[in-house]
Amino acid sequence: MTRALLDVDHISMRFGGLFAVNDLSFAAADKAITAVIGPNGAGKTTLFNCITGFYRPQTGKLTLHHPGGPMALERMADYTIARRGRVARTFQNIRLFSRMSVLENLIVAQHTTLMRASLFSVAGLLGLARYRHAEKRAVEKARHWLDKVALTDHADEEAGSLPYGSQRRLEIARAMCTDPFLLCLDEPAAGLNPRESADLNRLLMDIRDQEHIGLLLIEHDMSVVMGISDHVVVLDYGKKIAEGSPDQVRRDPAVIRAYLGEEENEELPPEVIPDLKDLG
Amino acid sequence: MEYFLQQLINGITLGAIYGLIAIGYTMVYGIIGMINFAHGEIYMLGAFISLIAYLAVTTLGAGSVPFGLLVALAVTMLFTSLWGWAVERLAYRPLRNAPRLAPLISAIGMSIVLQNFTQLTQGARVKPLPPVIHGGVTLMEGNGFRVELSWLQIAIVLLTLALMLGFTWIITRTSLGRAQRATQQDMKMAALLGINIDRVVSLTFVIGAALAAVAGLMVTLYYGVIDFYIGFLAGIKAFTAAVLGGIGSLPGAMLGGLAIGLIEALWSGYFSIEYKDVAAFAVLVLVLLFRPTGLLGRPEVEKI
Amino acid sequence: MAAAFPLRRLAIDALLGGLIAAALALPMLGFRLVDSAQGLSLATRFDWVAWAAVIVASGRFALGSLSHLLADRHLGLPRSAQAFIASLGAIRPKAGWALIAIAATLPFMPFSDRNVVDKATLVLIYVMLGWGLNIVVGLAGLLDLGFVASYAVGAYSYALLATNFHLSFWLCLPLAGLLSAAFALTLGFPVLRLRGDYLAIVTLGFAEMVRVVLLNWQSLTGGPRGISGIPRPTLFGITFVPEQRVVFLYFVILALALLTNLFALRLRRLPIGRAWEALREDEIACRSLGLNPTTLKIAAFTTGAMCAGFAGAFFATRQGFISPESFTFMESAVILAIVVLGGMGSQIGVVLAALLLVGLPEWFRELQAYRMLAFGGAMVLIMLWRPSGLLSSREPTISLERL
Repeated sequence: MTRALLDVDHISMRFGGLFAVNDLSFAAADKAITAVIGPNGAGKTTLFNCITGFYRPQTGKLTLHHPGGPMALERMADYTIARRGRVARTFQNIRLFSRMSVLENLIVAQHTTLMRASLFSVAGLLGLARYRHAEKRAVEKARHWLDKVALTDHADEEAGSLPYGSQRRLEIARAMCTDPFLLCLDEPAAGLNPRESADLNRLLMDIRDQEHIGLLLIEHDMSVVMGISDHVVVLDYGKKIAEGSPDQVRRDPAVIRAYLGEEENEELPPEVIPDLKDLG
Repeated sequence: MEYFLQQLINGITLGAIYGLIAIGYTMVYGIIGMINFAHGEIYMLGAFISLIAYLAVTTLGAGSVPFGLLVALAVTMLFTSLWGWAVERLAYRPLRNAPRLAPLISAIGMSIVLQNFTQLTQGARVKPLPPVIHGGVTLMEGNGFRVELSWLQIAIVLLTLALMLGFTWIITRTSLGRAQRATQQDMKMAALLGINIDRVVSLTFVIGAALAAVAGLMVTLYYGVIDFYIGFLAGIKAFTAAVLGGIGSLPGAMLGGLAIGLIEALWSGYFSIEYKDVAAFAVLVLVLLFRPTGLLGRPEVEKI
Repeated sequence: MAAAFPLRRLAIDALLGGLIAAALALPMLGFRLVDSAQGLSLATRFDWVAWAAVIVASGRFALGSLSHLLADRHLGLPRSAQAFIASLGAIRPKAGWALIAIAATLPFMPFSDRNVVDKATLVLIYVMLGWGLNIVVGLAGLLDLGFVASYAVGAYSYALLATNFHLSFWLCLPLAGLLSAAFALTLGFPVLRLRGDYLAIVTLGFAEMVRVVLLNWQSLTGGPRGISGIPRPTLFGITFVPEQRVVFLYFVILALALLTNLFALRLRRLPIGRAWEALREDEIACRSLGLNPTTLKIAAFTTGAMCAGFAGAFFATRQGFISPESFTFMESAVILAIVVLGGMGSQIGVVLAALLLVGLPEWFRELQAYRMLAFGGAMVLIMLWRPSGLLSSREPTISLERL
């Protein structure tokens, strides 16, 4: 059992009177894919925003077990979490730098390294070798990920002009260029056709196995969730209603009820209880 | 104490005028997210038109002063609203979907055009008007200082209150106002629901211009002197007031206007008159440091 | 198949336009305030109103007919014009070198008298300012309406240092840039967290504050009288006579401007430049990649201010005299207009826009009163015609194929 990479500990996020996330606790393991699922409005993206520092939760702790020591994410700013915690994310509504090229998007992701190498632009302005080498290495890393997501031929095109599926892949590649320890993906399969979803599955498993990092994933597409997750957490109305392996979760009556919205006291005969993957 | 009261009175009067102009800024920003740089010039046009209208009415021998002023008010509001409508139609509507800075540059250009148009058609020298409304009440006397409240000041504040209430009623109770609020919150959705966006936006500009026109008339009567440049300074201060009160909020604009007026009056009364123009502005910066959305503004939650 | 000429529609359109124009013109054109010893009175000029109505009506009719005919025959702009505009983008790098060549040899051309070189110097100052503001507005996307403040700080810094401590221009130049940058840094800290449009009004206000301070802090700045007797630069100890000095100053600003351009171009290819553009595109995505938006914004602001400071020092030395009058909001507006009209991010666009907005009006100095009117009108018209600016496509800063 791999150790936990991220410990979510009694996290609550309130907007006015509404608890978007309510006393939530779970752990995401390292070198594993953890999926967070639940009906719309269950608080999944809010949870992500808390983890990545865009929201500050009212209560609870978020501990990232960084190789350099544990980090309390709940008190860190979003860009600090990204830079020091090495937590990368993608967004539900793709956020690329649309008017910059595909390659430039990936180079910007390596900003911190490059800034250091350019000595805050001084070495860069003077054209010193240390900066030129760093830039070359950055391009190589970008190329590596471009190959992984099959976008090498489009490297110099405007990011905003790519088809939807390619933009999603680019966003993942960009996140990976920051060399994260934890990769958070917000609905990476949204809008993808079955073939693209299968490609995505391969890509994510590839990342897990070759980069040895933890992945945290919000998804609605059950083929993705069931196909690649090592661990699944189910949310409804901001609370955790089930947790376990994909198989355990798919048969959990509480989960099915959340998706179907049955009356709470209704008893369904076992043969009628649908399999969760058919609901996806 | 007496001196303080006098500054207070002056400040409130000034604040009412700024508030009326600020409403125009805040409504336009709230609905199409743009700073209408030319709004200050609309106010300036209002001042000029009110002066011309009043002189025309009195020259035609229209009778009593109040009647003349009422006619002037109506005429000014009519023509200034037309100008406000025209500016939107010509310089902003075609750029509604353009990159963010395009309408701003267009607005700055329009502001320059209006300033110079006025300078060319009416001359660059200041236009003085002898006091039309005289007299007032002495509220109290002490320390060798008389606190005076003029009829004009009372009229300005009362008129402003009436307009505020009137427009708040329009915004909250009529279908026109509802359409305006809906468009302000979500333009695309409002359009999908059948609201005529162009008309709502035009209406917003017209209302803003009408209020600015009233402010123009007030300033003409209150200060007795106008020139083609008054729009710029008043514009900055009124926009500052709108931001201070929380942009997009009607009561905020009024509150901000009041605040700016009071700060200006008190500062020039107690400190120095040279720096009065920047005192209010310095307050704005301080407020924005601690409350970036202004006093009554609602923090905008951006969906991540 | 040609559609029937919509005479009725165009006529009604024109009539309406004329009526509205008449209504708009009535108060301000129809009447004139006359200030005499007896007080204020009104004179009437209703014929002006009639003219306005006629011009607008016929103009609308003409434009309407024209667009109908063009649409009907599926004509756009004449082919030659379209091709020309398209080619502008393609020949850009070569056009750049050509412009530099022209600029370098300008003073030696047969038609160049002192007047021409003087005007060209003015245009170059604005080009330099435009390139500096381009870093803030074009690259980083920050709406700065108070650029003139940094310009003023640079000018006054040089003026004060030169007149009080008798330091040479070349020593003061970097100092002026440094002081402007420091000024922007102090102002920037509290202010750069603000949302775009709030930032605009705050920068505008700060610039006004600076102007008011310059106007009133008489002991330091000389108030409305300004500072005069500012020494001109020398070259290795050689002082120039006025005729030669004009040319010398021209080459100084040319060099400064080109350095600014080089600097900006280099920055764009560095991580900081890319980070600025990314910030402009999507600030939230930047945060998610570990970029600190506030540091980036401060950096952009300060860098732009430094360039303005250099330009300000040059301005002071060229004029020999400065006063707060030269540093009004109008200047910020002109510089911003140059950047936006040029097409943000386009270096050559800035040059074209400066020529258009600063050069042309200078040539029409005689029509003084109409000059500003035309200037404002040009801003509106160019925005209506090309909202993204004259030359607005973007070149990536790094390319896989070229490596």
